[in-house]
Amino acid sequence: MSETKALESMIGEEYKYGFTTDVEYEDFPSGINEDIVRLISEKKNEPEWMTEFRLKAYRAWTEMEEPSWFNATYEKPKFDKLQYYSAPKNKPKLNSLDEVDPKIRETYEKLGIPLEEQKMLAGVAVDAVFDSVSIFTTFKEKLAEAGVIFCSISEAIQDHPELVKKYMGSVVPARDNFYAALNSAVFSDGSFCYVPKDTICPMELSTYFRINNMNSGQFERTLIIAEENSHVSYLEGCTAPMYDENQLHAAVVELIAMDNAEIKYSTIQNWYSGNEDGKGGIFNFVTKRGACRGDNSKISWTQLETGSAVTLKYPSVILQGDNSVGEFYSVAVTNKRQQADTGTKMIHLGKNTKSTIISKGISAGKSDNSYRGEVKISKKADNARNYSQCDSMLIGQTCGAHTFPYIESANPTGKVEHEATTSRVGEDQIFYLQQRGLSEDDAISLIVNGFCKEVLKELPMEFAVEANKLLGIKLEGSVG
Amino acid sequence: MLEIKNLHVEVEGEGTEILKGVNLTINKGEIHAIMGPNGSGKSTLAKIVAGHPEYEVTKGDIIYNGESILELDPDERSHAGLFLAFQYPVEVPGVTNNTLLRESYNTIAASRGREELDPLEFDDYIREKLELVDMKADFLERSVNTGFSGGEKKRNEIFQMAVLEPALALLDETDSGLDIDALRIVADGINKLHHEENSVVLITHYQRLLNYIIPDHVHVMIGGKVVKSGGKELALELEEKGYDWLESLATVNGEAK
Ligand SMILES: Nc1ncnc2c1ncn2[C@@H]1O[C@H](COP(=O)(O)OP(=O)(O)OP(=O)(O)O)[C@@H](O)[C@H]1O
Ligand SMILES: [Mg+2]
Repeated sequence: MSETKALESMIGEEYKYGFTTDVEYEDFPSGINEDIVRLISEKKNEPEWMTEFRLKAYRAWTEMEEPSWFNATYEKPKFDKLQYYSAPKNKPKLNSLDEVDPKIRETYEKLGIPLEEQKMLAGVAVDAVFDSVSIFTTFKEKLAEAGVIFCSISEAIQDHPELVKKYMGSVVPARDNFYAALNSAVFSDGSFCYVPKDTICPMELSTYFRINNMNSGQFERTLIIAEENSHVSYLEGCTAPMYDENQLHAAVVELIAMDNAEIKYSTIQNWYSGNEDGKGGIFNFVTKRGACRGDNSKISWTQLETGSAVTLKYPSVILQGDNSVGEFYSVAVTNKRQQADTGTKMIHLGKNTKSTIISKGISAGKSDNSYRGEVKISKKADNARNYSQCDSMLIGQTCGAHTFPYIESANPTGKVEHEATTSRVGEDQIFYLQQRGLSEDDAISLIVNGFCKEVLKELPMEFAVEANKLLGIKLEGSVG
Repeated sequence: MLEIKNLHVEVEGEGTEILKGVNLTINKGEIHAIMGPNGSGKSTLAKIVAGHPEYEVTKGDIIYNGESILELDPDERSHAGLFLAFQYPVEVPGVTNNTLLRESYNTIAASRGREELDPLEFDDYIREKLELVDMKADFLERSVNTGFSGGEKKRNEIFQMAVLEPALALLDETDSGLDIDALRIVADGINKLHHEENSVVLITHYQRLLNYIIPDHVHVMIGGKVVKSGGKELALELEEKGYDWLESLATVNGEAK
């Protein structure tokens, strides 16, 4: 048996979340124009300023070009065919779990989402976004006791308009880029979190995103604000059913950390990645950015990206406050014909600001995996420091790995270190571990886990196990 | 225990023959030494017995405990009690020695219907084994062979052997790169691990090792064949005369076939 060939067939297990849920959807016209944008806003009963925000974004979007500077090729989404709003008919305004449509609850159970009350013991609060509407937010009360607001963005617009109005678009302006503009115009729901001064959020916050409806794009909007001296850790997970058509996911996430505040944002992304021939799968075009507004503040992005047909995603940190810290820990796995172009931007504005980038790219099959990172040190950012480490691991002979670091420093006291390595999972490594009794799959899984260790240990405890499993599944049978 | 019959081996897909009819029988409880010049096929023999996918058996057979193992994957051979200490141990960054060994130990245990050890039990077990090769406990938490010195890698191989307790251990130049003290420690360890139920094959260039571990049989490989076998005195003879006087045997036999 040739192991090289075996390695090349490193194709992940059948996608396990590829089922659809049969629920009734509210009718909504497809395509996009000002009327549609107004209709979305109206459906959601939004105040005038919100409608205006959307319309302005829409107008900006119509004047923008779809970007194409990244290392990926795909058929552009047909924006006039998409459905920009999709909500299960059984419109939720729920008081207890029992009121959730049983079919949807079943879906969540299949996904193994900790929606159940018992999970409170595990300290997980869940906001579940099914297609576009937030179904139910558990543990709201416990959080409310601590003064933490955790709800859907739609609710926040109704109940905390002053906060939303103040912060939404303050980190990712509507005009920021093509997909951010589109999201700003049509976003349907998402999560909102506000942690007041001197508060440690008493539990991990978690959102599960799921795209169910075939033609719907998913445009969530997440906004997290950590006031002075506060701390919050947030995890998002994503899955979608298998369809032959590509589905668009264009989210915007904004994080704001004030003095001494810390936000840790973790993602496990496992959207459907398409079949062997690259048919179907999610386009994951996401704008995620955090602002360390306050001194000594800290924002950490940790991501485990295993799914989607195409991923374009650069979670970034703007280090405004002095001594603020930005971190980016990433594992991106691509297999079959997946394409990922992902990385980060660290913009140093304050003094003594520090950023760390650890990126691990694993490519298998016929996939393409690119790291793209930018470190910018502005004139005023005295003693700014960055450390970047970008490692790529190749499995088989037909995949690609690329690293595109951009460094720009306008301050001579700045220090930037960049290291990059590329390695191949070798026949000899696998043979060595097999000689020690491990199966081929376990050998690969162990090698990959070892390779990603520095990043995986950044994930919240209860998700680390899940992450390990996901990596194993993703690369299972890769060697046949 | 192990019977290698007229074994012909090529590099997979290349057609270059490396082993050209090896015959070798190893009985339970025996220690064998294989010597021979560089490139004569010693490591290839060890690797093919362990099931390395890079090589292909074109003729002959490998019988282990009465059955051909040619169709078995490397992990299945490992479960059956085969162990190879590598001439060039492989680095596995990010995976600690401890993690690998626990997974190895438990996988092998499970395959033989033995009880697996939980992390605490395993820790007790593994610490005893550390002593056997006089290794410091911090090696447990270091990534497998990563950044190890040449000698440390070799010692780590024997440590793994101690943990896995194989029925047949093939030790490929474990003595190369060990300092004088380490050589004695490792040799002592191997002697302690050896008993009448298991067998050891030592591949070595140096008769010095055989002062510590006394072989029952010594074989000389040249040009992909075992050209001469004898008792431990053969090693001394080789030390004195080199391999030249045996080269002719390799060709004569080659032509005779
Ligand atoms: N994968 C391979 N491709 C091509 N040639 C190979 C391959 N593996 C082994 N060889 C060749 O086969 C021959 C035997 O190699 P092997 O490593 O078995 O020798 P050895 O007896 O262990 O030598 P040493 O004493 O130097 O360790 C060598 O000439 C080597 O170059
Ligand atoms: Mg050798």
